[in-house]
This record gives sequence, structure tokens and C-alpha cells, in this order.
Amino acid sequence: MRVAVQEEAFDLGAEANAFAAGDDANGAIVTFTGVVRDLASGDLDVMEIEHYPGMTERALTKIAQEAKDRWSLGDVLVIHRHGRLAAGDRIMMVATAAPHRKDAFEAAEYLMDYLKSRAPFWKKEVTNTGAEWVAAKDEDEDALTRW
Amino acid sequence: MDVLYFAWVRERIGLPKEKVDTQAATVNDLVAELSAREDRYAAAFSDLSALRVALDQELSDFDASLIGVREVAFFPPMTGG
Repeated sequence: MRVAVQEEAFDLGAEANAFAAGDDANGAIVTFTGVVRDLASGDLDVMEIEHYPGMTERALTKIAQEAKDRWSLGDVLVIHRHGRLAAGDRIMMVATAAPHRKDAFEAAEYLMDYLKSRAPFWKKEVTNTGAEWVAAKDEDEDALTRW
Repeated sequence: MDVLYFAWVRERIGLPKEKVDTQAATVNDLVAELSAREDRYAAAFSDLSALRVALDQELSDFDASLIGVREVAFFPPMTGG
């Protein structure tokens, strides 16, 4: 299990390859990558991601451990960036390895649902007309009830 | 204790972190104490349903006790992922 909170970009291919090379008992590898989306109006200059150093690592580790306790997983990887990102930049990735694909898929979804509203990150969209904090969505909170 | 602010709470109060000498028994008591200080605190804490609190880096509640707590953080609902 690895959790990384970092400002620098990560290499999706290299991370996925290294993760998949772990253990032959894992017949299923699922990866999810979050990308900075340009706004509907198409004028996003920068996405600023603030976080709470210390608590972020603890929260992500706890979420990853809960996924491991709940599903039959060989391994879990979580990488989440902070700082200034541009449209098209990769913000984060999760990867799960399991003997069977159902566990890998479900655990990846669980990780994403919890990471969205239980890990201390805050996004701010900076456009040519100003800057605005992204509001949390009710549906993100609601998503947790299914687990 | 150390009191930390993140995202728009940090911007509204105007600082990321401060040391606060307090006898507040609960988070709600601390919020009342800070809100009485200056308008910028009162504004930041005007709607607690829009805020979350962490005690020693664990999510908690506004009616939680502050006994033994060294670090309190206030922030809006999180938007990771």
C-alpha cells in the first residue's frame, strides 16, 4: 500500500506499470485518474489545490486501509497532487490490485468516493474573471451512503 | 492550542494559523470565543453548517470536547479527487 501527497506531476504509465508488476496472484488491476477539467465557459487559467499537511496523509492512509479491510486486495496506490494545476493536468490517481476484478473495481470506487469528501483537499478555480472555491456537492456526500 | 484555517475560512479570517490561549471546553465554546473577537471571525463562523472541524487531524464535531486537544482546524467541506 502506498499513499503519496505531492506537488509534482506523476507519470501515469510508469506508476501503473510499477504497480501492476507487484504480485502474480493479482489477476485484476484497476486504475482511475482524475484530470483537471476546463470549465464549461472554457476560461480556466489555474486550478489551485490546497490541503492540510499531516491530516491529508493520515486521512488517505485510513481510507486505503479501510478499502483493504473490506475487499480482498493485493495492493492499493493513492497519489494526490496539490498546488497549481492547469486544465488537462492529472490531479490524482488510485490503483487497486486484486485476485478478482469485482474487488478491484469496487475498492477503486470506494476510494474515490471517500477521497472526494473525507480527504482534506480544497479546489479553487482561477479564471480571467476571478477566483472561486469549488463547492462540495450533496451528491458527493450522498455517494458515501451506498458503502 | 494551535488553530488552523483552510480555504475560504483562511481567506476570510486572514491567516492560516494562530496560537490561541483558551479555556474553551468544547469546539462550540471556542467558536463563540473567536467570533466575539472581531467581525472577520464572526463572518467566517456565521454558518457552522458550512464548516467542518478537525481535532488533532481527525474529523470531529462542534460539540466535541477540547480536553487534551493540541490542534484545531476549521475548513469548508472537502473537495478532493
